[in-house]
Amino acid sequence: MGEEAILRAEGLNKYFGGVQAIADLSFSLRNGEFLGIIGPNGSGKTTLVNLITGFVKPSSGRVIYRGEEITRKRPYTIAGLGIVRTFQMVRLFYNLPAYKNLIIPLSSSRVKRLRGGAYGERDDVAVDLLDDMGFERDSFVPYKLAGSLPHGYLKRLDLARAMALRPEVLILDELFSGMAMSEVASTLPLIEKYHEEGLTIIMIEHRLKELFRVVDRVLVLNYGQKIAEGSPQEVMNTEAVKKAYLGIEVDV
Amino acid sequence: MVEAEARYRKKRLDRGIKVRADTIFAIASYKEILYLILPRALPVFGLLILPFVLTDYWGKVLVYACVYGLLALSWDFLASCGLFSLGQAFFLGIGAYIAGALSYYFHWSPAITMPIATLGGGVLCAALLSPVVRLRGVYFAMVTLMLPMLLMKMIETTGLLGGAQGLSALKPLPKGWIGGYIVVLVFMTCIFSFRRLINEDYGLVMKAIRDDDRAVMSAAINIYWRKIQALFLAGATGAFAGAFMTHHYQFVGMSTFALDYSILPVAAAALGGPGTFAGAALGSMILVPLSESLRALGGMRIAIYCGILIISVIALPEGIFHYLERKYHQFERLVRVG
Amino acid sequence: MSLLVYGTITSIILALYTVGFSLTYGISGLANFAHGALYILTGYSIWSFLNQLHLPYLIAAPLSVILIGIFGFVVYWVLLLRVRGVALAELIVTFAAGVAILELLMWKGFYGIQYSLPLFVRGGMKIGGVALDYQRLIVAGTGLLLVVLLYLFVHHTRIGLAFRGMAQNERTALSVGIESDWIGSLSLAFGSALASLAAVVVLPLGIMESAIGYEVLIYALAVAIVGGLESTSGMIVGSFMIGFGQVAAARYIGPKWMIIVPLTAIILVLAIKPSGLFGQFKELEERI
Repeated sequence: MGEEAILRAEGLNKYFGGVQAIADLSFSLRNGEFLGIIGPNGSGKTTLVNLITGFVKPSSGRVIYRGEEITRKRPYTIAGLGIVRTFQMVRLFYNLPAYKNLIIPLSSSRVKRLRGGAYGERDDVAVDLLDDMGFERDSFVPYKLAGSLPHGYLKRLDLARAMALRPEVLILDELFSGMAMSEVASTLPLIEKYHEEGLTIIMIEHRLKELFRVVDRVLVLNYGQKIAEGSPQEVMNTEAVKKAYLGIEVDV
Repeated sequence: MVEAEARYRKKRLDRGIKVRADTIFAIASYKEILYLILPRALPVFGLLILPFVLTDYWGKVLVYACVYGLLALSWDFLASCGLFSLGQAFFLGIGAYIAGALSYYFHWSPAITMPIATLGGGVLCAALLSPVVRLRGVYFAMVTLMLPMLLMKMIETTGLLGGAQGLSALKPLPKGWIGGYIVVLVFMTCIFSFRRLINEDYGLVMKAIRDDDRAVMSAAINIYWRKIQALFLAGATGAFAGAFMTHHYQFVGMSTFALDYSILPVAAAALGGPGTFAGAALGSMILVPLSESLRALGGMRIAIYCGILIISVIALPEGIFHYLERKYHQFERLVRVG
Repeated sequence: MSLLVYGTITSIILALYTVGFSLTYGISGLANFAHGALYILTGYSIWSFLNQLHLPYLIAAPLSVILIGIFGFVVYWVLLLRVRGVALAELIVTFAAGVAILELLMWKGFYGIQYSLPLFVRGGMKIGGVALDYQRLIVAGTGLLLVVLLYLFVHHTRIGLAFRGMAQNERTALSVGIESDWIGSLSLAFGSALASLAAVVVLPLGIMESAIGYEVLIYALAVAIVGGLESTSGMIVGSFMIGFGQVAAARYIGPKWMIIVPLTAIILVLAIKPSGLFGQFKELEERI
């Protein structure tokens, strides 16, 4: 784990009309770190992700990645640099077979650069990726229409879509929402494996127990502001955080 | 106890021959092979033979239908990427004027002007429309609607490129059936090429852009560049049609930017079934001869295209082609429920 | 000086063209591309009442306005109901309807010098040394009145404000119990009636023919887009910009260039700053 920050947000502010969604938010992320972002609904977590990944432009403030300012860059440029995200509302193509969904990220110039794969190999790569994700290669599951798959599979497909881009920073927006305990239990080790392999991860979650088991550090947001930062233990013992969550106790 | 009313529902089943023809077993029987090949071979043979068989007048109608067909295919391709164009006349006119100007001022033969008009037209159209690809569909449509009108008025007022009179006495295409054949061949090539392209990975990404552009952006793909590529391909197709028309009629004038050329391709594609290319082709093959036979009605024809367009949009969104396809592959039965 | 006077008159006429279009869009988010067709249809209706049914003008004109309003209402329920919400389909359907109407009118021979509406008043006066006929002054007066009324309605009455809120968030409005389709059809009816009112006042200034229908649509679009689709003050500024641009182009380059100004304006504004000068909806730029 490197000591320098590879991703930095400085003084981010975002107004939607009269509403301030993000207020003077700054944080930094070190290479290989696993950062959790928590907070009540509406605290601005997804907006923060949108700001970092370029889907929304900040009213003021900067985002810096590996020394380069990426604040005003287009979403596909930022993804091309290696900052890849999943969406809270799964954005897949339901009328395509599961593995075909992966063709799209595999068609990007980033992947062409990194994999140097020949045309026609994409289908195989897609099925391989899904195999890693628990869609057995020999079964019919990778070939089923995405719309016919159960929710847990869809979430993993979304994850596969992100991993297909070989990200350097992976941002997961409520990956576990809607997943059954067993599905969480089978997906979490996968995330841990990525972390061990050196991937820098930001994870937004509501399921605190699982989250705290894997993260290095936690950021707490409320009303668009950072109200706490530190290890899971430190953060859950902060007054402001306890107030925000109103009585939820988590054994850390 | 209340007697339940007998209710029926429609049940659709694949035809026996479709199931038998579905996999490699199709080659076992000539009936199945015919089933698969006929829908594809028939139109192809038809189009290949017709230019020889038809009379002068209907031969011209066929040519006309292919020109409109190319515009409809071009529209369909753009629509598959989420770009809705109400200005196919723009592509047509640009190609027509490039070919016309090169022929008029430099006296180059069609063999040279047409490729230049096609490629150059494609580049020009893509370049001129690239600033607006990032706009929402409605606004993009508006710009495409305005562009041919603007060009038409500019030519009229400045008098450039022949002004209101147009450029005439241009170099013709080879005499006889060859001229018409060129456009028929290109038309067929385009149908097959577009269909192929849209089913390959390239087309997959395009359709994904239409369905959910943000998801595609998050997959590190530059959607605007892809859209510009689509504009180039569609523009080149339309420009070819324009260049062909210029040499076929040996004339180019402001009328190539007319609303007619923008509306009928959309009506044809909507009627035949958007997204299938075969539908766009089918639609043009229906509408153009229809409009020719209704020639006596003059301005009423455009009203009819508009009517067809409206009805297609409101009532028949899947189009004729899908309907025919479904009928070919499946049959329906009423099945009693309860 | 004459530039100033003619420019002002032209601008007010443009605003008059746009008022109906803006109202429909502002209330229900429906872009009525049949606007120009409805304008010309009014003229045809009045002319027919006058010359074929021999009705007096004071009946022919208001009757036509009401008829066109009802026509707009009916068009909504017949054509637009099923495509409501899909902006692109709405555009295609209204545009195709408009073209169909205009082409049918042209096919029936509705062009030429005999098709014109009588002036309200003959004669004229001089303003600042510029000769102006009374009809133009009436047009200017009516235009100003309508624009002011529209502004007051949209910004200051409760119904107007409710409508604007609705246009911005239809789902919330639905949940509050406002019937979206009734609002939509009424807004189309009123927009159509305003278009026909503009026709009543402006058409006597010249001859009527279908080509003008297309021009009116282009003018309305240009003013709405340049000024920003959601802003009434934008509409006023937009009409002045295009109006003066037109008059200047006619004076210094040539009269045929007049139609080129709005066409270019639409394309340039959409290419450079799609939300228009006063548009509040920046989302046009941030998003596809």
